[in-house]
Amino acid sequence: MEDDAPVIYGLEFQARALTSQTAESDAIRFLVGTQSLKFDNQIHIIDFDDENNIISKSVLLHQAGEIWHISASPADKAVLSTCYNKNATQLLSIFVATSESRVVTCGAVWRMPPEWESGSHESPDDPHNSHNPQNLELLCHLDNSAHGNASSVLWEPMGDGTRVISLADNHALLWDLTESSTQATISSSATLEGKGQLKFTSGKWGPHHNCTQLATANDTAIRGWDLRTMSQIYCIENAHGQLVRDLDFNPNKQYYLASCGDDCKVKFWDVRNINEPVKSLEEHSHWVWSVRYNHSHDQLVLTGSSDSRVILSNMVSISSEPFGHLVDDDDLSDGEDNHQYDKSKEPLQDSIISTYEEHEDSVYAVEWSSADPWLFASLSYDGRLVINRVPRALKYHILL
Amino acid sequence: MDGDINATAPGTTPPDTDPARKRRVHGMLKLYYGLNEEGKTVDQAESMDPCDINGPHFDPEVYLNKLRRECSLGELMDQETCMVKQIRSLDSDMQTLVYENYNKFISATDTIRKMKNDFKKMEDEMDCLSTNMASITDFSARISGTLQDQHAQITKLSGVHTLLRKLQFLFELPARLNKCLELQAYAQAVSSHRRARCVLQQYSHMPSFRGIQDDCHAIMDKLAQELRQKFRDGGSSAKDLSECVELLLQLDEPAEELCDKFLSHAQSRLEADLLGLEAELRPPLSSGPTAVTDPYTGPARRLSVEPTAGSPTGPSSLNNPFLSPSSRTDILEFIDRGCNEFVSSLCLVIASYQELFVNRPQEGELASKNIPQMAIGKLHAFVDALATRYFSLVERRIQEEKSVGDNSLLVRALDRFHRRLQAVAKLLPGSAVPSQGTEIVVRAARERIKQYLAALQSFYLNSLTDVRQALAAPRLGGSSAGGGSHLGGPATGKDAPASLPELLSTLSASILNQIKSVLASVHLFTAKDITFSNKPYFKGEFCSHGVRESLVVNFIKFVCQSSRQFCESAGDRGGSTPPALLLLLSRLCLDYETSTITYILTLTDEQFLVQHHSPVTAVTALCGEAREAAQKLLNHYVKVQGLIISQMLRKSVETRDWVNTIEPRNVRAVMKRVVEDTTSIDVQVGLLYEEGVRKAHSSDSSKRTFSVYSSSRQQTRYAPSYTPSAPMDTNLLSNIHKLFSERVEIFSPVEFNKVSVLTGIIKISLKTFLECVRLRTFGRYGLQQIQVDCHYLQMYLWRFVSDENLVHFLLDEIVGSTAHRCLDPAPMEQSVIEVICERG
Repeated sequence: MEDDAPVIYGLEFQARALTSQTAESDAIRFLVGTQSLKFDNQIHIIDFDDENNIISKSVLLHQAGEIWHISASPADKAVLSTCYNKNATQLLSIFVATSESRVVTCGAVWRMPPEWESGSHESPDDPHNSHNPQNLELLCHLDNSAHGNASSVLWEPMGDGTRVISLADNHALLWDLTESSTQATISSSATLEGKGQLKFTSGKWGPHHNCTQLATANDTAIRGWDLRTMSQIYCIENAHGQLVRDLDFNPNKQYYLASCGDDCKVKFWDVRNINEPVKSLEEHSHWVWSVRYNHSHDQLVLTGSSDSRVILSNMVSISSEPFGHLVDDDDLSDGEDNHQYDKSKEPLQDSIISTYEEHEDSVYAVEWSSADPWLFASLSYDGRLVINRVPRALKYHILL
Repeated sequence: MDGDINATAPGTTPPDTDPARKRRVHGMLKLYYGLNEEGKTVDQAESMDPCDINGPHFDPEVYLNKLRRECSLGELMDQETCMVKQIRSLDSDMQTLVYENYNKFISATDTIRKMKNDFKKMEDEMDCLSTNMASITDFSARISGTLQDQHAQITKLSGVHTLLRKLQFLFELPARLNKCLELQAYAQAVSSHRRARCVLQQYSHMPSFRGIQDDCHAIMDKLAQELRQKFRDGGSSAKDLSECVELLLQLDEPAEELCDKFLSHAQSRLEADLLGLEAELRPPLSSGPTAVTDPYTGPARRLSVEPTAGSPTGPSSLNNPFLSPSSRTDILEFIDRGCNEFVSSLCLVIASYQELFVNRPQEGELASKNIPQMAIGKLHAFVDALATRYFSLVERRIQEEKSVGDNSLLVRALDRFHRRLQAVAKLLPGSAVPSQGTEIVVRAARERIKQYLAALQSFYLNSLTDVRQALAAPRLGGSSAGGGSHLGGPATGKDAPASLPELLSTLSASILNQIKSVLASVHLFTAKDITFSNKPYFKGEFCSHGVRESLVVNFIKFVCQSSRQFCESAGDRGGSTPPALLLLLSRLCLDYETSTITYILTLTDEQFLVQHHSPVTAVTALCGEAREAAQKLLNHYVKVQGLIISQMLRKSVETRDWVNTIEPRNVRAVMKRVVEDTTSIDVQVGLLYEEGVRKAHSSDSSKRTFSVYSSSRQQTRYAPSYTPSAPMDTNLLSNIHKLFSERVEIFSPVEFNKVSVLTGIIKISLKTFLECVRLRTFGRYGLQQIQVDCHYLQMYLWRFVSDENLVHFLLDEIVGSTAHRCLDPAPMEQSVIEVICERG
């Protein structure tokens, strides 16, 4: 299985932000945002040629500052949003001048310059590549200086790219963008209230119920919001023993939600019964930073952790296809498939499919490709991006 | 005779006749003495020799010739004299003989003559006698002829007399019966009646007899009525009753009815006993447990309703309102009462019933009715029904026996219960009652085991609560004493370090003692003097399945399981279980794995001589479970302690504005606190666990040499950061380092020793530190502060861990990451750092 081998790509900078290009359904494309305090930050556009197993990249400059979060518009391939710290050099100058400064995280919507694609795919080892990268075109700031530091910007899933939510400290802000995305106005907002310094750590816009739901995480709690009234609809207190790091909605089952956190656990919730998780996995040996459902086959769940591992789990029992695909016997004729066939007759069990250990530093982001459901990328802090595939045996098992 | 002698005498000539005479004399003598045979043989032997002077063929001529020829003159002379001499002596002999014979002959003749005279006289007398006899006969015949008539008359008269007496008896019978009835001499009446009955029956066609018969019948009916009445009345004793029954049977009363009546009568009395017993139970409606007991009382109640349907006291009395609600007697008294009242009267009933109906000698018509079989059947049904009720009561009582304090009472009660049922078994072979009783005992034993298990479990939980309190109490004092500490984090490290081993030993000792005492209590069930201890259940299943598996093994499993629950329930928040308790339990489980389980099971096997019929849980499996629990607890302990320290570190990193911080002058208090807490955790763990092995490190790896080494490394690492041309270099060293070092598992299982535990805690803490640092942006002094803090940690933490390089590596990572996140990475001089750290 030569082409099951992972493909590794190294960035020069440390990086935390990874997304797949949501609007792109043909090419396998990931966007990575770097974190550097000293140099101009970049957005790497990673294209993966599945047939030849070749990575090609383009680099766009993100001079505004280091990128903490990145997400791509579901409507327009060229539009993306980032959360970033104000440029370090600016900051430094302020710091030097006034010796009084704050680190501020902002959100903004950007457009990729139209030339990046036409500007011929350069091979990643081209030495000149980074010398004349193009700048991103700023469409608008999600100006939230009144509300605090933005932790993430969420696009409306499957929307027309005109609605985004930004999470800033303890506020969830719903923005309306103009057609060209050049202007953003706050249409409504919700505020998390309570004692102490409450802060959203992450959030996810639910694809179900006509995209009227938002799930957020703060400290150890998971909250659900109704975007029409901007009011809280549920709250899972102490969802995790420690901080909740990430959330994801099951794309096919509307009440199902996955969460992960500092207690090394991945939990699956049915939000209709928030007293206890449907299922809980404890496979990682350190904090779990990211959890992602496969977009098509929701039994496949991907998690990334600061123990430097990526784990792919097969959660059949709580997926939308708990009994697997119903198979016609005639479809399976040759010897190799008979094996698969035998397997499909057994009751399907939740299991760890694979543990990927290509990373050497903490993995802060994992993401499925939006074009190929059998492919995913993971990004570790040291700037290593690894592209992996779902094992072929499992793939056939699910498909057949 | 004279003539014969005379005739012979002249014939004898001296020489010739001498031998012949001699021969004759000899022959006669011989004849006289009965020697014929011998004489003949002698004669024959000598017969041929004519010279033998004594032989019969003696020939004097030949003899003389021979003498003359052979002998000399002298000899002849001598011969002649000798012969003469002989002849002379022979002559005298013969004379004497003849004389003697003669005399005898004379006297014989005289006698004969005399006899002749006597016989004559006798003949006369005989004649006289015969005539007398004839006359006597004649007279006697005449007398008997005259007496014949009178004799026949007398015989007839005596017959008439007897008949008259019988008739008189018959005529007097009604009166007599009446009198008997008055005197209540029923037995006499019945026997009288029986004697007359047949006769009356036979002559019933005659009006007078018929009258008598009717009278008798009337009286006897009345009598029977009276008997029945008596029979029905409860008051009479068993002996009276049996008498009644006997009489009634003799009166042709149907046996079946009698059986029923007898039994129903007995039933009412036994029922009273049962009600008495029931009164001692709690009223069934008053409390919850009846719902539980319903499956048992249900069928019993149904059964009990059937036989008592006629009696008004039956079912309604179950809920009798005036029963005292809790006149509690202990179970032994209860069973005693049950045995003494119910079982013994039951036995009595069975015995008398059997005597009456089953074992009675079969006579006449009764034999044909096959009473015994019918009676036995009825008896069985009766006994079964009552026993079922009794059992249900006993069972209810046993179920109320919840307190596990004194098992001997229960065992003795059960023993008595069982023993008394053996009497029933003896009386009534083939009855299901004893086996049902045994089943009750078995059930009670099973129930008991369950109760003991529950008791053990609650004891265990209680002692855990005690331990918790003991852990909490000194902790209060500790935290107030250490109130000066800066952050409000839990003062976990300070709790009662000295008392941990004591607590552990007290806990394990008390659990062990409890197990032992429970085993001793349960052992009573199999004591030699207990009747049911030799039942197959108590020999086999009770020991192996009941005691060993259900009790001991289940308890050990419970200990492991509840320990594991501490990990799970507390897992989310971490705060609910004091860490010291986790540590203590982990040690407890480990001790169980190494020795206690083996000890307990061996003890059990020895005490109960368990023969394993069915597969039992192996010691190794239990040990494995205990070890797993211990491991889990210890891991959890590490996690909890690690999280507590992590929390401190995280708060300290998150809450500070690292960009605008001032130049470090001190090690931050949090770090001191971390070291303090780590030290006290070290002490705490050290109390229960061994030191463990460290990776060999050079003996002179003091903090000073280490810090120099580390500072030089840091310097080289930071240096490239200033030159903007080589961004990759910053990662290079750390990446190379990572290539050669093993992957660090943060929340990995720890070994059962102090160093491993501490290593785990420190790993978790430092990794948290690292991750938090990566999320922040630092100013110059922020970096320097982290440098100082890390150096301080280096100084103190290396001694706790198995591999100090691990601490170095993680701290390097922290400082390195901080440098990356620093806007103005200007590291502090190593010497300054050292000075600050040493100042404390």
